[in-house]
Amino acid sequence: MNEALLRSLTPSVLGILVRRGADFAAAEDAVQDALVEAVRVWPADSPRDPKGWLITVAWRKFLDATRADAARRRREDLVDEEPAPGPAPAVDDTLQLYFLCAHPSLTPSSAVALTLRAVGGLTTRQIAQAYLVPEATMAQRISRAKRTVSGVRFDQPGDVATVLRVLYLVFNEGYSGDVDLAAESIRLTRRLAAAIDHPEVAGLLALMLLHHARRATRTAPDGSLVPLAEQDRGRWDTASIAEGVEILQAALALDRLGEFQAQAAIAALHADAPTAEETDWVQIVEWYDELARLTDSPVVRLNRAVAVGEADGPRAGLAALAALDDSLPRRAAVAAYLHERDGDLATAAGLYAEAARKAPNLAERDHLTRQAARLNARRRR
Amino acid sequence: MAKYLLLKHYRGAPAAVNDVPMDRWTPEEISAHVGYMNDFAARLEGTGEFVDGQALAPEGMFVRYDGEGRPPVTDGPFAETKDLIAGWMVIDVDSYERAIELAGELSAAPGAGGKPIHEWLEVRPFLGSAPTITECHGHG
Repeated sequence: MNEALLRSLTPSVLGILVRRGADFAAAEDAVQDALVEAVRVWPADSPRDPKGWLITVAWRKFLDATRADAARRRREDLVDEEPAPGPAPAVDDTLQLYFLCAHPSLTPSSAVALTLRAVGGLTTRQIAQAYLVPEATMAQRISRAKRTVSGVRFDQPGDVATVLRVLYLVFNEGYSGDVDLAAESIRLTRRLAAAIDHPEVAGLLALMLLHHARRATRTAPDGSLVPLAEQDRGRWDTASIAEGVEILQAALALDRLGEFQAQAAIAALHADAPTAEETDWVQIVEWYDELARLTDSPVVRLNRAVAVGEADGPRAGLAALAALDDSLPRRAAVAAYLHERDGDLATAAGLYAEAARKAPNLAERDHLTRQAARLNARRRR
Repeated sequence: MAKYLLLKHYRGAPAAVNDVPMDRWTPEEISAHVGYMNDFAARLEGTGEFVDGQALAPEGMFVRYDGEGRPPVTDGPFAETKDLIAGWMVIDVDSYERAIELAGELSAAPGAGGKPIHEWLEVRPFLGSAPTITECHGHG
């Protein structure tokens, strides 16, 4: 049985139930039940029309649940008018579902969970495993999220930017448990890009593809981080890079630049360099200038300082860094790198050790500690 | 089965035998250490004794309630004298002796010069749930 196909049908089946008059929360539960049933039944008896099968079963699950709920008796009028089985309506509500699941009234963690379940078709258990929380906790988070958006009208236009932020969050979570969240977010963004013509959706999809292309080379077999300059470029996924670049170029041609397109442009320049030494840092600095104009984020200015250090030398990078606040995460790591390139190993070693103490995760901490150790060992010689 | 917490300290435990800060090791020694820790956890998963393992950042602070309608009071970052937990592993084992044995193995993780750190780890039994049958203890 093709689980990817099954899950790809989730949003349109859910949309159809809502159009038939089911409220979103109940419809979402019914679709989940139907997915579980499909996983059980399809391997032995695969339907000729998977979508029609899911619609029929989900609608029946919805009716069963609604009828069982005495407090909802007033709905009986509605549910007794069972629509005639037939071809699914052509209208696709996928986009509306994205908007609803990333509604501004939801917290980021709720929007992420609801999107993965209602649009992605993942089970609560899979989402819980991916985010390392108990299943009961994730179930509560999802049902609270559904209550929060229960008053939102389904046909209201939504904000693409909030949807993109949710998908970006999912992508960055990477891989844990039995669900590949990076691949899942690419699938969901691809779907979104098919539903709406928007340069930033394309920009995010390109950004994800370009980063995903490097995934196999980002960690060594022992789990330690491999910096961009040391990655084995021969193992980058060229098909993923080519697709990302093509999508990005089409988006940039629309001349409506946004932060995801700019980030993707930087990723594309890295992907384009046959060796780290051949990286076009001058152009990368220009893109960081664009990004800084678009977002004014201190993280962007930190990354820009690295690029300036490569384009114009470490002293120029340190000068760009000087304007940034000391408390900025990863600032010490960038300073360490620039001081090392400038030949000041003692300062660099101290800054790497400081950066390790402030590291937000174990992989980075181990990496930065190794950098400090490498320089200290060199200084002892 | 009983659960035990193996606590690792940044500060507050007696000094280790091989007590050299990690940034003074060689990169290879760091890799050997990380590999040992990963293998240890994987081995306990294999024996069905691993429950959880987490690392904590050194930064943190104390927080307390300061009365109705007032924001909580914070104190910190932690003073240099304070005991500071670095991380933990939770194991579920058949005996106290097994918990001690495993803590000893964890403390043998290699450090500077590739030699065991002999780090002091704190072993704390969990307070479990009350047993269903207590008669056999003579006071049911």
